[in-house]
Amino acid sequence: MLYINCPHCGLRSQNEFAYGGDATVKRPELNKEISDQEWDNFVYLRKSPRGKHLELWHHISGCRQWIKVERDTSTHEIFKTYTANEAIE
Amino acid sequence: MQKYSVFSLIKNAFSDHQNWEVAWKDPTPKKEYDVIIIGGGGHGLATAYYLAKEHNITNVAIIEKGWIGGGNVGRNTTIIRSNYMHDENGLFSEFGMDLWRKMSQDLNYNVMFSPRGIINLAHSDAQMNAYSRRGNSMRLNGIDAVLLNREEVQKLIPMADFSDNVRFPIFGGLMQPSAGTARHDAVAWGYARQADSMGVDIIQNCEVTGFDVSNGKILGVRTSKGDIKAKKVGLCVAGSTNILAEMLNMTLPIETHLLQACVSEPIKPLLDHVVTFGAGHFYCSQSDKGEMVMGGDLDGYNSYSQRGNLPTLQHVLTEGIAMFPFLSKLKMLRTWGGIMDMSMDGSPIIDKTHINGLYLNCGWCYGGFKATPASGWTFAHTIAQDRVHDLNAGYSLNRFSTGNLIDEKGLGTKTWIS
Repeated sequence: MLYINCPHCGLRSQNEFAYGGDATVKRPELNKEISDQEWDNFVYLRKSPRGKHLELWHHISGCRQWIKVERDTSTHEIFKTYTANEAIE
Repeated sequence: MQKYSVFSLIKNAFSDHQNWEVAWKDPTPKKEYDVIIIGGGGHGLATAYYLAKEHNITNVAIIEKGWIGGGNVGRNTTIIRSNYMHDENGLFSEFGMDLWRKMSQDLNYNVMFSPRGIINLAHSDAQMNAYSRRGNSMRLNGIDAVLLNREEVQKLIPMADFSDNVRFPIFGGLMQPSAGTARHDAVAWGYARQADSMGVDIIQNCEVTGFDVSNGKILGVRTSKGDIKAKKVGLCVAGSTNILAEMLNMTLPIETHLLQACVSEPIKPLLDHVVTFGAGHFYCSQSDKGEMVMGGDLDGYNSYSQRGNLPTLQHVLTEGIAMFPFLSKLKMLRTWGGIMDMSMDGSPIIDKTHINGLYLNCGWCYGGFKATPASGWTFAHTIAQDRVHDLNAGYSLNRFSTGNLIDEKGLGTKTWIS
């Protein structure tokens, strides 16, 4: 069982959350000419690293907020959690 | 190579089975090969075998980080089927079904292929319609498909929950009678033994640490046992594809996810077929030892860990008990996890890459085992001829940017959603 520290609610079990995928992909800007390659990058291409991974989770059976979680994909250790709009350097 | 037969078995019985030849050697890597296959799983071993057998290319090495057959070919639920709706998947898998039927003879190794039939259960009228459509598509591609009504399903699997007051009543099902199971380890070992006998070097405990690429051409691989030159390199490392892709500065339409499976304690013969639950994701068959072999959903988040997490197992087995209530009485014998290449449309990639001499075989999601022979056969063709075969032309790497997706389940890019 993963325990995820929701920045809004505190430590909760994985059962309350839904996974939302890689949080580092950025949608191309609106009202800008977008090449097929840029769309491809955004829609389909993923780094999927072994190790630290910044990802989205949805606290769907809790506060229903989307949050960002920094987690290790080989050990499942969770390092830090962020609110969805928090800036991450 | 020593031929396996009842006669060789009797002969070796007289010497207490002490004088069997080793099934494959343990060579030190040469300085250079015509082809290096990275990954000694089912697909890699099959690729090497078909390179030697079909294309006469025998100066081949298989490089495996651990031991052969220790990855997903040893971690699956051994189901073999070709019940796909889309032409690309159907024709590719049905070509594989032919190879499965001949495999034990072809490899002189009993892979215990058991065409016991697969039944996909339907739990609504809409699902019956969808299955009827899929069954018709299958039959148009020459694949056997039978649409069963509730009574017909009940005759085949009376132990399923046919009571009146259930959340997901069984309306019927789609059956592919020629589908089945095989002994997964034997598939890896059979391919390894034949490939070895034709001159392929199987190099275990040898991790790839980098690639030698110059002017857009592959020159060789760097490994924990030294640098090895190669004219061509094939990647067959589903589960670890993204790790090698990073060494090559490639980003792929793949996420790596964790899938669990489990077996119960052995019980007397009960279930003759492979059965899948239609209102969720659960599949079940009974092994020759009597264990119920079960699997279902991914754990649902990116993972390189080959260990599963309990909430997913609980969820999957809840579905199992909804389908087969007797499962609740069984003790769990063993659970395990494997890591999957989840591609962005749920279909695999067998293609050339932008690097000359580098070939890619990946993205098998959770359907890799059944594809072993067809994947090896088409990948060997792609490597040997430097062009894709008609059978794997649809499994191109650029289909994502061109929009020619093969989205069998209609899940879009989130193939891990359950």
